[in-house]
Amino acid sequence: MTTQIDTATQVPATPAAVAAAAPAPRRVVRPIPMTRLVGVELRKMFDTRAGFWLMASVGIVSVLATAAVILWAPDSAIDQETFSSAIGFPLSVILPIIGLLSVTSEYSQRTGLTTYTLVPWRGRVITAKVIVTLAIGVASMFVALAVGAVGNVLGSAITGLDPVWNVTVQEFGQIVLANVLGMLIGLTLGVLMRSSAAAIVGYFVYSLVLPAALGTLAAFQSWFADLQPWVDVNFAITRLFDQTMTAEYWQQLGVTTLVWLWIPLAIGLRAVLRAEVK
Amino acid sequence: MISVEHLTKHYGTFTAVDNVSFTAATGRVTGFLGPNGAGKSTSMRIMVGLTRPTSGQVTITGRDYRELVNPGLEVGVLLDASAQHAGRTGREILAIAAQTMGLPRSRVAETLARVGLTEEEAGRRVRNYSLGMRQRLGIATALIGDPQVLVLDEPANGLDPAGIRWMRDLLRGFADDGGTVLLSSHLLHEIEVIADDIVVIGQGRIVAQGSKAELLAAAGTLVRTADPAEQDRLARALHEASVVTTPIDGGLRADADPELVGETAHRAGVVLRELRAADGAGLEEMFLELTAETAREGAAA
Repeated sequence: MTTQIDTATQVPATPAAVAAAAPAPRRVVRPIPMTRLVGVELRKMFDTRAGFWLMASVGIVSVLATAAVILWAPDSAIDQETFSSAIGFPLSVILPIIGLLSVTSEYSQRTGLTTYTLVPWRGRVITAKVIVTLAIGVASMFVALAVGAVGNVLGSAITGLDPVWNVTVQEFGQIVLANVLGMLIGLTLGVLMRSSAAAIVGYFVYSLVLPAALGTLAAFQSWFADLQPWVDVNFAITRLFDQTMTAEYWQQLGVTTLVWLWIPLAIGLRAVLRAEVK
Repeated sequence: MISVEHLTKHYGTFTAVDNVSFTAATGRVTGFLGPNGAGKSTSMRIMVGLTRPTSGQVTITGRDYRELVNPGLEVGVLLDASAQHAGRTGREILAIAAQTMGLPRSRVAETLARVGLTEEEAGRRVRNYSLGMRQRLGIATALIGDPQVLVLDEPANGLDPAGIRWMRDLLRGFADDGGTVLLSSHLLHEIEVIADDIVVIGQGRIVAQGSKAELLAAAGTLVRTADPAEQDRLARALHEASVVTTPIDGGLRADADPELVGETAHRAGVVLRELRAADGAGLEEMFLELTAETAREGAAA
C-alpha cells in the first residue's frame, strides 16, 4: 500500500518529492495500558459541571453532616461513631449514583460512540470504570473519616469533654465494604439499564422501595421475618454499618449479594460487551 | 485500505445491510452515497466494531478493527458529531481523545487550529456549538492521532459551502498523502464535490459503484437543440446511430460521448445550443434512478 504511494511521488524529480519519497519510519503503535484508561476515566468523572459537583458533594455532605451533629446532637452523643454514621448515611446514597452515572453517561450522552471506537475492548473500559469508582468510594470514606475526626475534636472542645474515639479499624473496614458494595450495585444498575434516568429510578427502587416492602412483609408475616436476612440485600449490607458481623451474617451477606449483585452484574457486563452502541 | 466483504446485518426480519462488498482504496476518497436509512451508518458502525454483523467481515489495512492495538492512531472515526457530552468543552473532548491515544497535550492545540476552531471556541461547552462546529470538532478527534484511514459518517452535514470546500481540500490532501478516506452522505452534491470513487447504496444493497469518472461517463451527454422543434429529428438521428436517448428538461441525455453526439447532429443538419458531458445532472439522474426503486418514495408508489 505504502510502496504504491512512494513510487507515485518519486516521479517528479524535485528535491521536495525526493524528500517525501524517503521511506518514512513506520510508526510503532503501542497498546493502550490499563493505567492510562483508568486516568482517562478518572478525568471524565470531574470534567463536567454535573460531574464536578457530584464529586464535590461528597466533601460538602460530610461537612454539613458534621456541622449538624455539632449543632444538634446531645453532648453525650458527641463521639466518633455519631459523626461517622451521620456522614455515612448520605454518602451511601451518593456513592452508588456516582458509580451508576460513570457507565450510563456513555449511553445517555452517547459518548460511548467515541469511547468504544478509541478503545474497542469494552471490557477494559468497564474495568477502568470499576477501578475508578471503587477508588473514589474508598477515598470518599477517608475524606469522611477525616472530616468526622475534625468534627469530633471540635464537638468535644465545645462540650468540654475528652473526644471519644470509638470507631475501630474493623468497623471502618466494614463501612468501606458496605459502601463498595453499594457502588457495585450502582454499577450493576448502570450496565443493566445503560440509561441514566432508568438506572437512577432502578436504584431508588432497589434502595428505598424494596427494603420498605420487604421490611413490611417481615413485620406482618412471621414466616418471612426469619427469611428476610437471606433475601433482603439492603438488610444484609446495612448490618455492616453498625453491627458485629457473625459467621451467619457473613453468609447472609454472601447469599443476598450473589442474587442481587453478582449475578445481575455478570448479566449486565455481558450485555455491555455485546450490545450495539448507537 | 478498507475492504468490506459480504457484509449483512439483520434486525429480526429487517435486513439493514444486505451482502455489501466494496473497497475504499488507498490514496483515494471514497464516497458512500445513499438515501436516509439505506444502511450507511449501520455499515460504518460495523466497520469500527460498535455493531456486530450477522455475517461478512471488514478489514482495515488488512486487519479487523478490534485487532488494532491503539485504533485512534490508525483509523480516524467520526460517526455522529452530536454524540458528545454537552457539558464538556471542545478542548476537553479533544484532550480526552489525545490522552486515550497517549499523545502529547500539544497536539490538542495543533489539531484545533487544523480544523479551524479558535481558542475561544474550544473553551466553550459543546452544548453551545453549532452543528458545523461539532463537525469540525469531530473531524479533529478523527485527525488527532494522525491515522492513515478516515471513516466519516455525514461529515459535511451542517457545514456551510465554505466549510464543504475546506473539507474537500482537507480530505483531498489527506488522500494525496497516501491516506484512505471513506465518507458517507445522502447528498449527491457533497459526494460529487469531494469523492474520487462512489459507492451507491439503497435499502441495504449496493446499487452502483465505480470511480466518479466512470459513473460520469455512464451518465452520457447532455444536448439541446437551438430550435426545440428540431429535438425529435436529432433523437431519430441518434437512434439511427444506435444511441439511446432520454428527454431531460428541454434537451436530451444521450448515452454516448459528446463527440459522437456532435457529429451526428452535424450530419443531420441540426443546430445545437448546448452540448456537454452530462456530469452533475446525469449523476443526479442516475442517483435518483438507482435509488428510486429502493427508496421510500419508490416503495410507496
